[in-house]
Amino acid sequence: MISLNDFLMVSIALFCIGLYMIITKRNAIQILIGIELMLNAAILNLVAFGKYDKILNGGDVFALFAIVLAAATTAVALAIILNVYKKYRTIDPDKINSLKD
Amino acid sequence: MSLVQVMFYVLAAVVVGSAFFVASTKNLVRSIFMFFITLLGLAGLYVLCLADFVAVTQIVIYVGGVLVLILFAFMLSGKENLELLQKQDNKFISLGKLPALLLAGLFFIVMVNVLGKADVDNLQWVQMTKNFMPFPKANDSTVENIGVNLMTFYLLPFESISILLMMALIGAAHLARKERGTI
Repeated sequence: MISLNDFLMVSIALFCIGLYMIITKRNAIQILIGIELMLNAAILNLVAFGKYDKILNGGDVFALFAIVLAAATTAVALAIILNVYKKYRTIDPDKINSLKD
Repeated sequence: MSLVQVMFYVLAAVVVGSAFFVASTKNLVRSIFMFFITLLGLAGLYVLCLADFVAVTQIVIYVGGVLVLILFAFMLSGKENLELLQKQDNKFISLGKLPALLLAGLFFIVMVNVLGKADVDNLQWVQMTKNFMPFPKANDSTVENIGVNLMTFYLLPFESISILLMMALIGAAHLARKERGTI
């Protein structure tokens, strides 16, 4: 049988890859993908622990909530990225260094 | 090794490998499509955790919604985007990326240490569930139980998340609208 440790190991690896992407990438969309990877690592943790709570389903239900939150985050973040692109003609976060006025 | 273990290791290799590819490739479109593979592999891992409903939700929302949204944003933001990508140095390990690599690697080591110390498989409630509760079989459906719990025990989080989702969608539509006169 697979132990809980193995799932958490995969989730740690995903989280670190996401962290690396957020720090190094110079494109807002790729940074967003890094954030999604980290969120997915967290959801994997919830689901892995939820395996042992099949009566109240705490892990599963909150994994569902986290997925919905991630979808909402992505929608808002992409709208912001499109606006930033319209104003600056680039989505490199290093070059975006002034406010609206 | 049992079949479940083989499936777990194959899926874990697919997930981590494709995540590495997402992080290392220079081509944005390729990285988005490899992210698709990562999400599908994660859905497989959820099935191995006996959470079939979460796996289906993952496929429907992430693969069907979020990924298409990301592709849209990529296509709407034009080709300066691509030129910028070509300019950045493409090696996975280079001097400018060394601090990030160091941070991620050290964080990995710290977390693995924490995991070793936490000893999650011998937690009290996990052991109790393993030994005393009727463990669900692989072909049991969890959907009915999740539905009942969602409407009774988790009603308040459910309602608040629905309001939050509506706020986020209205906000996204407001942000993405075309302003007259400014552009």
